[in-house]
Amino acid sequence: MSASPSLTVEERLWRAVLWGSSILVFAFLMVPLLAIIPLSFNGGPFLTYPLQGVSLRWYETVLSDPDWASALRNSLIVGSVSTGIATVLGTLAAVGLARARFPGHGLVMAVVLSPMIVPVVIVAVGFYLFFAPLGLTGSYAGLILAHTALAVPFVVITVSATLQGYDVTLSRAAASLGAGPLLTFRRVTLPLIAPGVASGGLFAFATSFDEVVVVLLVAGPGQRTLPREMFSGIRESINPSIMAVATLLIVFSTLLLITLEVLRRHNEKVRGIAR
Amino acid sequence: MSQPLTLKARLHRAERRRKLGAFALVAPLLLFLLVTFLVPIADMMRRAVHDPELSQVWPRVCGAIDTWTDRAHLPGESVFAALAADIQESHKARTLATAARRLNYDAAGARSLVFGTARALPSRASSWTETLIAIDERWANPEVWAAVARASGPLTSFFLLQAVDLERSPTGGLRAAPPDESIYVDVLTRTFVVAFSVTGLCLLLGFPVAYLLANLPDRLAYPLMILVLLPFWTSLLVRTAAWVVLLQDKGLVNEFLMTLGLIDDPLRLIFNRVGVVIAMTHVLLPFLILPLYSVMKGIKPVYMRAARSLGAPPTVAFVRIYLPQTLPGIGAGTLLTFILALGYYITPALVGGASDQMLSYFIAFYTSDTVNWGMAAALGTVLLAATLILYSVYSRLVGHGQVKPA
Repeated sequence: MSASPSLTVEERLWRAVLWGSSILVFAFLMVPLLAIIPLSFNGGPFLTYPLQGVSLRWYETVLSDPDWASALRNSLIVGSVSTGIATVLGTLAAVGLARARFPGHGLVMAVVLSPMIVPVVIVAVGFYLFFAPLGLTGSYAGLILAHTALAVPFVVITVSATLQGYDVTLSRAAASLGAGPLLTFRRVTLPLIAPGVASGGLFAFATSFDEVVVVLLVAGPGQRTLPREMFSGIRESINPSIMAVATLLIVFSTLLLITLEVLRRHNEKVRGIAR
Repeated sequence: MSQPLTLKARLHRAERRRKLGAFALVAPLLLFLLVTFLVPIADMMRRAVHDPELSQVWPRVCGAIDTWTDRAHLPGESVFAALAADIQESHKARTLATAARRLNYDAAGARSLVFGTARALPSRASSWTETLIAIDERWANPEVWAAVARASGPLTSFFLLQAVDLERSPTGGLRAAPPDESIYVDVLTRTFVVAFSVTGLCLLLGFPVAYLLANLPDRLAYPLMILVLLPFWTSLLVRTAAWVVLLQDKGLVNEFLMTLGLIDDPLRLIFNRVGVVIAMTHVLLPFLILPLYSVMKGIKPVYMRAARSLGAPPTVAFVRIYLPQTLPGIGAGTLLTFILALGYYITPALVGGASDQMLSYFIAFYTSDTVNWGMAAALGTVLLAATLILYSVYSRLVGHGQVKPA
């Protein structure tokens, strides 16, 4: 698409339309995120421009509020435990799925990926109706189990994609040198696919960290997470402190994006060596 | 002679052991999903057709009503007697409310009928038929008895029929439900209309961006890609909150339009359909751009060059040569967006008004607010069926594993 002098009028026109409409769409995607950041520094209690002075008061409100603190704690507990379980189960499954085509391979793949397809509300309602009689609703355990189920497909997909670039002869070499399957996995396979496992884990964490439908139905008042707290905040009394939390979450997702990009580049480098 | 056979058998055994080992690695996850995901959803679907509530509290009449075959006339005295005994029993056991609630789903006013009858019921009567009808003449209406028969379980089509605004007539045929109960076809239509509008808008907005990103040199495309990926990775709640702020009466959008002089009074942009469609389009746009981009990235420029060198004007070449090659990407992107939009709950709940709530909202509402689990299950089954049908088309198109729901 480099500029060439021999463009016809028609081509110039289309190029202008393409850039014009794309810039508008980029603005549509980014402006909402950028517009709320200054509002979190508003000196006054309103969510309108112009700002009434600049202050950090809403950040102070959020950081000193025990409700937000406990919401953050709950999000971190549920997110990290379900990420841990999902990463272990998902990595094992991805390795198994890559190792051999056993009977029912396609069906197993469909089942493993299905939590991603089925609308979250159905997962939540199914879980609620089935586990409420067993006392698992209103507990960390219930929330963690449900979030693990929702997060696990992302681990399987990411690790499977990484394994496609994994050179099996490395495992064979280890085996021929006398290493058992466990030792081979731990010392040869795992270090090579580690960036993929890490991005899978990040996907899993992001899934749990942003999930609110399951939390609405399954969690009790003791397990209100960050998105849950934001949900009631937006619904009941939206104020600049919500914008402060939102700004912090935008910073968080930026860091997440950067980390994933670093992992992806690392992964490609590893693949380059393996080939 | 036996040597090659043994080798073959040993290879065979080794191969089988390898497959078994591979399956053993997948087994823990399968077991986990079976317990936390598959069985609960299957159990939810069971609730859509399984209806033991009434037969648990009124076992006698639910058994006796099977003898009622001539649906045009009233059931016999034995059925009336069974009902009287059940009402007395459940009144004492304080389970009458369960029966009244279940009957009220089907026959409006049944709650007052049941409670009124229970209060006036004598402990003995020579004819229960006459006694019950004397207490409340609605017991002389075969429609009420038909409702009892439909609720007598253990299987019922009541909830699934109600989910599409149908009901059984007393003679067992299908008919439209009364207008004040017919809300679900409207909800279904609305869900599909919103999903369809959002998908259309996403395609309209996403196509030029995907095209631009796919045809720019990488050093320009990568920084621009961040503008798509950052919103994609930002919390759904953050993006929804942003739209609540932007679209309010004194929000940025209205202020901007008023400054430009395009409008004099603020537009109503939030708590209505407009807000829902704008916010959902924003949330789902990356899901359309990314698959479309990856398909466009794979389209070789030689075909376009060939068409141009053979004299096709740029517009003609684009429509006839380029566009057909993007169809798999358009198909995958729109289907994915549509599937995700169908299940949306949070964004309509926060940005929409009462008449913009989609199917998911009602499923959650019947689960936690009114405890009508049969209805929640029936609507859930409808949503699940729609999703799975569309997904099977999608996976034909692209294969498994290219999705990230919000």
